[in-house]
Amino acid sequence: MKWWIAFWNILVKDMRAYYLKPPNVSWGLIFPLAWTGMSFIKSGSGLESVLSMLPGVVVVSILFGTTSMLSVTVTFEKKGRSFDRLLLAPIPLVILMLAKTSGAILFGAANAFIPIILAAFLADLSQAAWGTVIPAVFLLAVTSTFLGLFIAVSVSEVFEAQTFSNFFRFPMIFLCGLFFPIERLPLFIRPLSYVLPPTYGADILHGAFGIGNAMPMPIDFALLIVFSMGLFLVSLRNIQRRWIL
Amino acid sequence: MKDAVASSIAVDGLAKRFGEVQAVVDASFRVLQGELFGFLGPNGAGKTTTINMLTGLARPDAGRIRIAGIDCTGNPKAAQHMTGVVPDEINLYPELTGFDNLCFCAALYGMKKKQREARARELLETFGLADAADRKFAGYSRGMKRKLTIAAGIIHNPPILFLDEPTTGIDVASARQIRQLIAGLNRAGATIFLTTHYIEEAERLCGRIAFIVKGRIVRIDTVPNLIQPIQEKHVMELAVSNSQPALHDKLAQAFPHLTFQGLGGGLIRVEAGNPVHVGPLVRFLEDQGAEVNEARRVQPSLEDIFVQITGIEAGVMRKEKEKKGGGNP
Repeated sequence: MKWWIAFWNILVKDMRAYYLKPPNVSWGLIFPLAWTGMSFIKSGSGLESVLSMLPGVVVVSILFGTTSMLSVTVTFEKKGRSFDRLLLAPIPLVILMLAKTSGAILFGAANAFIPIILAAFLADLSQAAWGTVIPAVFLLAVTSTFLGLFIAVSVSEVFEAQTFSNFFRFPMIFLCGLFFPIERLPLFIRPLSYVLPPTYGADILHGAFGIGNAMPMPIDFALLIVFSMGLFLVSLRNIQRRWIL
Repeated sequence: MKDAVASSIAVDGLAKRFGEVQAVVDASFRVLQGELFGFLGPNGAGKTTTINMLTGLARPDAGRIRIAGIDCTGNPKAAQHMTGVVPDEINLYPELTGFDNLCFCAALYGMKKKQREARARELLETFGLADAADRKFAGYSRGMKRKLTIAAGIIHNPPILFLDEPTTGIDVASARQIRQLIAGLNRAGATIFLTTHYIEEAERLCGRIAFIVKGRIVRIDTVPNLIQPIQEKHVMELAVSNSQPALHDKLAQAFPHLTFQGLGGGLIRVEAGNPVHVGPLVRFLEDQGAEVNEARRVQPSLEDIFVQITGIEAGVMRKEKEKKGGGNP
């Protein structure tokens, strides 16, 4: 059995059927644009604030892009029973779920570069450490996608996927140091920030864009990898428990 | 071991419970290579749960499953390359065309591009869907959707095929066409496990049939063996109007060698070990003030056996067909 054929075709099918559809492409464009504009107006501090806002906008774009798409598409396929067709194919569950999530990872990563491209016209990004930005964006997309998978596996209806996603996403905007430092949060809330994966992604991006990071980058990367693996493994276990009855 | 090789599907002591409901109880059966095996029972009898356990969509609580000699009780993936599944619900991708749906399903089994495109075209031709190949699946009629779902199930030429109520909810012509396709697949060598609640369909297509009721397999045999005990019976149906309430008792008293059963709507079923003489019966009924509008001989069928063995009235099965918007076998 050539798994790569199945893997590639699941990825291509999902890209064609979901991610490259005009409404989703426009969501991918408009959402980061809206966040950039909103943050820019709110800060009121002129073009020099663009760079300081960029890591937060990138993280939010990835987080919302991936979790929205994956949790909804997987729940939709499960509800319509087309997901059963994948479970009936002789593909190991790990390969199958990696294939299903790859589209969302690519979509999330592509979303991340929209605010970066826009920022390039407004601010000087010559000092950015691209060798750090690119893997950080990729890892953030992976972690957020697996968070979307975790959500998809935990619900049974499409509307539940959306509401349950927001339960995680909106607190993350405020708790993960995206737009203001974690140090400014009340002391009792801070531990919560450190159990949320975007905290580490935002920290890497702050460092990579020269704004300054709070933790050593290797630890940030390591923790993002741990979160990714943890969310993926829990999701696989939930699929086996909840979907293979 | 020899049995495991000869059997395409070997099931021993299979059981499954969902909360308070015992969906399948101690199911054991063999499906031989090249056989078309029917799994017959009313809705909720445990047919789909059994198929789900055999194909890997449900985990058995107890029992053992071997597919093509491979023990896949704990690892259903081990035999999935050997099986094709046509579920009871249409589950292809509405946003893809018929052709793309088939190509995608073929890719799930590792088929290369040229190979899967050729196979998809071949099946679209066979199933009479070539003209609709480039139309989105969402725009297909119910019968077309069902046919494409079957085509998707056999895209990788599986030697063992699971069909879960393949003709439910489609029109007469499509149902007939699908039955012909199923028979053709079986003639070509595929082992087929067919669940249905259409008794006539099972009788027409299957070599052997298992009756399942409330999760228990109550009888497994060949169609001739199942029918044989009642084939010697002589059955007649009388259409009667203006009948009195006590008519059945009077008939039973007057003709003790005959068995009478009211079928509703003025129909009386008469059974006997010897040929039924209509004359005395009609005269008796007319003497009782009833009018006999029609008398016809009925060929005993699998339906009679099903009713006899399971205790489920054929009317219940018919109602289920109607509830599902069922086709007509």
